[in-house]
Amino acid sequence: MQSLAQLRHQGDMPRYSRRDSSARQGLALAAFSLGLGLAELLTPGGIATLIGLPNTRRTRLVFRALGARELLAGVGLLARPRSAGWLWSRVLGDAMDLTLIGDGFNQKRAKFGRLIAATAAVAGVTAIDTFSAARQSHSAALNRIGAPIHVFRTITINREPSEIYEFWRDLSNLPRFMAHLESVEVSGQTSKWRAKGPAGTSITWDAEIVLDRPGDCVAWSSVEGSTSVPNRGVVRFNRAPGGRGTEVEVELKYEPPAGALGATFAKLFGEEPSQQIDGDLRRLKQVLETGEVLHSDASIHRGMHPARPARNTDSVQLKGAAE
Amino acid sequence: MKANCWLGKKKVSVQEVPDPKILNSHDAIIRVTSTAICGSDLHLYNGFVPSMEPGDVLGHEFMGEVVEVGSSVKKLRVGDRVVVPFPIACGKCHACQQGTTSLCENSNPNAWLAQKMWGHSPCGIFGYSHLLGGFAGGQAEYARVPFADVGPIKVPAHLSDDQVLFLSDILPTGYMGAEMCDIQPGQVIAVWEAGPVGQFAIASAKLLGAERIIAIDRYDYRLKMAAEKAGATDTINYEDTDVHETLLELTGGRGPDACIDAVGLESHSHGPMYALDRAKQALMVEPDRPLALRQAIRECKNGGIVSVSGVYGGFIDTFPMGVIVNRSITIKSGQCHAHRYLAPLLERIERADIDPTFVITHHLPLSEAARGFELFNKKLDGCEKVVLRAA
Repeated sequence: MQSLAQLRHQGDMPRYSRRDSSARQGLALAAFSLGLGLAELLTPGGIATLIGLPNTRRTRLVFRALGARELLAGVGLLARPRSAGWLWSRVLGDAMDLTLIGDGFNQKRAKFGRLIAATAAVAGVTAIDTFSAARQSHSAALNRIGAPIHVFRTITINREPSEIYEFWRDLSNLPRFMAHLESVEVSGQTSKWRAKGPAGTSITWDAEIVLDRPGDCVAWSSVEGSTSVPNRGVVRFNRAPGGRGTEVEVELKYEPPAGALGATFAKLFGEEPSQQIDGDLRRLKQVLETGEVLHSDASIHRGMHPARPARNTDSVQLKGAAE
Repeated sequence: MKANCWLGKKKVSVQEVPDPKILNSHDAIIRVTSTAICGSDLHLYNGFVPSMEPGDVLGHEFMGEVVEVGSSVKKLRVGDRVVVPFPIACGKCHACQQGTTSLCENSNPNAWLAQKMWGHSPCGIFGYSHLLGGFAGGQAEYARVPFADVGPIKVPAHLSDDQVLFLSDILPTGYMGAEMCDIQPGQVIAVWEAGPVGQFAIASAKLLGAERIIAIDRYDYRLKMAAEKAGATDTINYEDTDVHETLLELTGGRGPDACIDAVGLESHSHGPMYALDRAKQALMVEPDRPLALRQAIRECKNGGIVSVSGVYGGFIDTFPMGVIVNRSITIKSGQCHAHRYLAPLLERIERADIDPTFVITHHLPLSEAARGFELFNKKLDGCEKVVLRAA
């Protein structure tokens, strides 16, 4: 357990740095698409000549179409540089280009030397695109399945540390603000946790308190062998400066297995687990400061009026919430 | 019940929607008697505010009678006649206890969305996008009011709806705009523009002791109201007068001691800068059009204050930071912390220090809300402020 407190300092989240480098690569490819697309749209004849194809009406038309496709891919990647879908769309485009250039070798007025150079260039780009797309698909899958979910989040609550400790120490209170939990039943030092699964199913485990310092911190851990999703968590209650109550710091770590169960579990937390824990802490703050979780019309009503349910998990129905 | 729903850009319509229900134990349900269309509703109407969805009930200026209260409500009783302030505030968090209720930390269930946009989330607001909570608004026959013991203020029977309705937003917003100017005796305050908030900023600057108050707008009827009703000493129509030269003339070359931007993200002007901003806004590369703000900063005296009451949502370009730094300009802003002004301003209304009814140019039934939006948006028929009667 002692390692948990240090996890975030030990760089336990390598996927964030990996995501960043892949975003850079996606952006570079976006810039490439935009540049090439503009060139093809604006000077289709020039591009045709450059790669050794005859500058005819037909080739100009084809290059304009290719330019539009490049621009689309460029804009798509610019908006979502880590999207495997847009990267694969570039690979598809490359294949199209290679086919067209290959077709050029059959044309009488084509310049073979230039065509060969163009083929080599496009093949190189294809290799980069394929590599990026494959890497992105792979890492997207990794990010969601099998990778540990580890979040650290903090919030300031206008209450005494001891009061918040008391509330948290009764673990059965956790489902009141933690969206992924269905229930926690406490019996002595151990407790039975139930998290939401798909289609009414649930994932359960037994947990025990491994550290308990009244008014200061609580740590818990799943009991080995009780679950296929080992997990642990720690919460600290630090007095906030300036009489502003308490800074509550939460760290959670779930280690879902690879495969279907892992995928289900990853889905529970969505693409940004820290955002969900942020929502959990906001609800904790609402409960402790105002007595209940606040709902807006958007988080309650269904149908067109007055507003539809909010689309984010932040407003999911919680156990005990008003219907 | 009937409610005025946002259906899309420049499209609102009064439709049949489900009655609001008590969702939290601190809620009250209000039967709305009067509600108004705010200038900031026009930003929604014109499609400048993200996260609106077709069907959203508009309106954050409303008042009425309490018809139902939740189990935890202690101060309000069924039958009370109340005005509801537009920011939703819990009264318990640190921000609320500091009196900064528009920064309430608990009242925006969609805080994550606002956080993405602005770094941190402000309070939730009635009928003002999902970014600010997805709360149904008060341009309706009934409205649900969270934290009913914190927001709504009871109003005495001898004051009419028109006299107290604007406590909900524009009166405190205008007042806070003037208050942020730290007005000292003898000072000159310039106010961009003479819409309803501008009118109340002018009236408040007068209450707070400004010596000279200059109203700047492009509609003569609004400037006339500012001079005759609100208390402006001078007016400038920027369509036919050089604002810069006139302000220098009126202030002995110093510039106004404080400038109030009561316009916000859809300001108007002319010339190439305006055309550029409009184009950028249309292309969605610059969400907000800050012409009045830029001008207010430029015209403000050395060491002066620029108070921003107008609503901005996102980013602005060509911001004159050099002016601010080199001439020691202070910029103050904020959505109005309306709660803290309710009681003192109600007292001023009772004492007849101020009669807010002067801004009202149109009374319409709720069913004609769409016409009200059009009149107000296009400034037709001398429109300054539209009050809708819901009951």
